[in-house]
Amino acid sequence: MLEVREIDAFYGPVQVLWEVSFRVEAGELVTLVGANGAGKTTTLRVLSGLLHPRRGQVLFEGKPIHHLPAHRVTDLGLALIPEGRQLFPDMTVEENLLTGSYLPRARRSRAESLARVYQAFPRLKERRHQLAGSLSGGEQQMLAIGRALMSQPRLLMLDEPSLGLAPLLVKEVFRIVEEIRAQGVTVLLVEQNVTQALAVADRAYVLENGRITLEGSGPELLGDERVRAAYLGI
Amino acid sequence: MVEGVISLVQSLVNGLLTGGIYAMVGIGLSLVFGVMRVINFAHGEFLALGMYLTLWLFRATGLDPFLAIPIVVLAGGALGWVTNRVLVGPMASGPEKGYILMTVGIGLVISNGLLLGFGAHPQSIYTSYSTATFQLAGVSFSLPLTLSFAITVVVIAALYGMLNRTELGRAIRATAQNPAAAELQGIDTQRVRNAVFAIGVALASLAGVLLLPVLYVIPTVGSVFTRKAFVVTVLGGMGNVLGAIGGGLLLGVAESLGATYLSSGYRDAFGLIAFLLVLLLRPAGLFGRSQA
Ligand SMILES: Nc1ncnc2c1ncn2[C@@H]1O[C@H](COP(=O)(O)OP(=O)(O)O)[C@@H](O)[C@H]1O
Ligand SMILES: [Mg+2]
Repeated sequence: MLEVREIDAFYGPVQVLWEVSFRVEAGELVTLVGANGAGKTTTLRVLSGLLHPRRGQVLFEGKPIHHLPAHRVTDLGLALIPEGRQLFPDMTVEENLLTGSYLPRARRSRAESLARVYQAFPRLKERRHQLAGSLSGGEQQMLAIGRALMSQPRLLMLDEPSLGLAPLLVKEVFRIVEEIRAQGVTVLLVEQNVTQALAVADRAYVLENGRITLEGSGPELLGDERVRAAYLGI
Repeated sequence: MVEGVISLVQSLVNGLLTGGIYAMVGIGLSLVFGVMRVINFAHGEFLALGMYLTLWLFRATGLDPFLAIPIVVLAGGALGWVTNRVLVGPMASGPEKGYILMTVGIGLVISNGLLLGFGAHPQSIYTSYSTATFQLAGVSFSLPLTLSFAITVVVIAALYGMLNRTELGRAIRATAQNPAAAELQGIDTQRVRNAVFAIGVALASLAGVLLLPVLYVIPTVGSVFTRKAFVVTVLGGMGNVLGAIGGGLLLGVAESLGATYLSSGYRDAFGLIAFLLVLLLRPAGLFGRSQA
């Protein structure tokens, strides 16, 4: 479904990604793990069209998308839940969700999408007239997930959804991610929470200093000594 | 005594009627700033362009200024769209504040173009209702200004409804609050910026039409209105569209009271004095969130 081929990405003169390659098959839950500053967010910015790579290709269902602006990428069915939620703080919860279905393609089934999001996150329904900026961290993450689902993505990318959440909420977020996948949405999950990410993933890639250094199934990497030493502190 | 009260009310009414138009001028500037973080230094020149287009239409075809509104507003909107698409937008996304030189330059081109096309002498148009008034409780209302005020109220209300109730309005607010996140929702933020700049110029052009029947115009009138638009916008809080309404009315009233009670020759100065006073007391503007 998604194929990343030897991406080099820069911020100005500074190179951040080197020949990054990986793929995500339809229906999979793939995770990209790595330390802070490894280039995970940059990779997702490239995939979503917010940053254009200097070399390499991103193919979505066989078609190159790395030159498209972000709004076109979203229209193809690739949604990103960015790091730090990036909600619209001065809009209500419901307005945030409606903005998620801005695209004509998603607007057609807006009412059903909204009902489904409210069913999955009753808290959001309770607070639908509240400003997004006034929500708690956990509620904001739910809203960010709900907003992305409103665009009816076929591939959902999440950038550290568990960041800054209490342990109980982290578990909840991982449960939701698995549920989204169970409903037929392909998932690319970026996490620093390596243990839990590897536990839910079909396959995983390790990103170190802007390069993919390891790949394997979730359980494989969980058992890998290098991974255990570097990320799990064992 | 009674006469004194009536003259005060008269001055307030005149100030509020003009202030409504100032509000509209300020809203255009404020909206563009809120979404693009660009101060359009040519805002007043676009207003001047609206005036001269109305003047030209009146002279060439006898078209009444109020009937010229749709044409001038559409022309202004189209010009705003193209200006942002071709000139301002590319500068706005650059790392330097190149847009400042760009918009200042556009303003110079417009005012000098007007000088070339229309000459430097003050011009005005005279309609049957230019000086018409009606009386209400001893206060006299200028007919064109009252009509202009009514149009302004309708336009501002429509704009407010658009921003809060429509798909485009949500896209505009989303782009203002977080452009990258807006892109991720599928919003073409470049188009949104073009649309917002178009709306800003359309509002300035409309203000130009509405002011023409009560004003003499000269090619440099734009810079006066760019300055007034700044005052209105800063009074209301940068990027705060509702605040600009309060800022506009306040500016209109300050000018009018100053002209009535102190000296009409310094009308423009009183607005600036009120502006400085407000800034001294409330640096974030009348309605801005004060920085703690
Ligand atoms: N906007 C930016 N400008 C310049 N450098 C950046 C920018 N964003 C990130 N970087 C740098 O790029 C590298 C990768 O960052 P990032 O992709 O955010 O890593 P991660 O998400 O894995 O923590 C880091 O060294 C970071 O300092
Ligand atoms: Mg990151």
